[in-house]
Amino acid sequence: MYVAVKGGERAIQNAHRLLAHERRGDRDVPELSLAQIAEQLSLGIDRVMTEGSLYDRELAALAIKQARGDLIEAIFLVRAFRATLPRFGATEPVDTGAMQVRRRISSTFKDIPGGQILGPTFDYTHRLLDPQLADGFVPEQPATSEATQAATPRVTDILGRDGLIESSPAADADAPVGDLTREPLSFPAHRDLRLQNLARADEGFLLALGYSSQRGYGRNHPFAGEIRFGEVEVEFFAEDAGFAVPLGSIALTECQMVNQFKGSATEAPCFTRGYGLAFGQSERKTMSMALVDRSLRARELGDEVIAPAQDEEFVMSHSDNVQATGFVEHLKLPHYVDFQSELGLLRKLRQEFAEANEAPDMQEAAE
Amino acid sequence: MASNQGLRDESDGQARRRAVMAVLAHSAMADIAGRLGTIALPMHENLREPEHGLVMVRGRIGGDGAPFNLGEATVSRAAVRLTTGEIGFGYVLGRDQQKAQMIALCDAMVQSTELSGEIETKVIAPLRAAMIADRSRKAAETAATRVDFYTMVRGEG
Repeated sequence: MYVAVKGGERAIQNAHRLLAHERRGDRDVPELSLAQIAEQLSLGIDRVMTEGSLYDRELAALAIKQARGDLIEAIFLVRAFRATLPRFGATEPVDTGAMQVRRRISSTFKDIPGGQILGPTFDYTHRLLDPQLADGFVPEQPATSEATQAATPRVTDILGRDGLIESSPAADADAPVGDLTREPLSFPAHRDLRLQNLARADEGFLLALGYSSQRGYGRNHPFAGEIRFGEVEVEFFAEDAGFAVPLGSIALTECQMVNQFKGSATEAPCFTRGYGLAFGQSERKTMSMALVDRSLRARELGDEVIAPAQDEEFVMSHSDNVQATGFVEHLKLPHYVDFQSELGLLRKLRQEFAEANEAPDMQEAAE
Repeated sequence: MASNQGLRDESDGQARRRAVMAVLAHSAMADIAGRLGTIALPMHENLREPEHGLVMVRGRIGGDGAPFNLGEATVSRAAVRLTTGEIGFGYVLGRDQQKAQMIALCDAMVQSTELSGEIETKVIAPLRAAMIADRSRKAAETAATRVDFYTMVRGEG
């Protein structure tokens, strides 16, 4: 526990003034615009929107600027902002199968309807720093070629037609969709709540857990059935209009992991799956999310639960970087009273220790 | 029979309004304003003052299964009524309340027999053409990155 302390107002004010000065940096260097951040640091924007759990590129840019590029601080700012706005309701579930695909790859089939599309990717780059980018580099216009009208069905839907992969859990019209922003977490948690938790979870935490599951901490031997990124239309049932109105589109990344089989005496063996979905182009995030989603299904699928990535209470209670940073960083706030009481206790213990050690000597001396 | 016809008319009307809303939602505010500047706007009042808030965006487990809450998005909304009685609604992603207001006005005009022709030709059609051109350009850029992987079979040739 920490207690309120009085005083220091002047110092705090000046500290924030100094922060604003440091944030601006050398005033001879042009100031960053929000448009520059949104356009040129777009993957940072995507991460802040995903983990801030709020799709708004301009707000994410402002948060990144205000946080001096500290993405977790920016996520914190976005979460705090969202708490100030009323919620009109929930959208119709988005249809990722109808995505206007910008990138779409499968590591399981080389020939998929609609084709493999690399899109804008770091894959196959050599990861060599490019000195050209240091100043005034003007890239070529992108190459173009004739686009086909072919649909790009989800790879898991294709596998599903032959029954080779488990089907997704069907919607239960009577069960409300779990929402952890409204109800405190309780365990065991249903998969809808787990996915909501994972969607806003810290990317680094999920990456490490996903990685641990691949290295043998929990059974996970997946293929990336499909990763797709692109624009998806969003619709909202407007009570006043009386029908679902289009709101525009948002960029999403989806990852479908295909995992080892499961079968029983009554059901033929089939692949199982893990799912990842996030705002923007968030490939590492959705891949990690899909690995962890599958790990967290251990009990449901009869896997032995032996590893952290399979423990939903462990994963869901520690995945949120705003909560985590709040608890870790609160340690730097004044704890003077707590510390005084510990100090008092320690002095008392040390005195008792000293007395206990002195006592035999004195006895010996007396004899 | 007559009531079926009525239902069909209503759903046709809704489909047309939804299509117009989709074009407007995808267009930049400045472009909509520019187009609206070329026509005479009808008298109207605000039924709902423009405001912004949040919607919870939902996905589906596995892409096609039960819904789950992915995260929120900012949304603006507005509603207007023309003096001739048509009521229009504007809903759009983002915090641009003026854009929601313009969408609501356009939605009301689309429902007016007198105004629907002009708003279609002078506002919606050009914005739709720009939206389609933008999508085609992106599709062509994307298509150029289509890849044909081929597998090497050991011991061949």
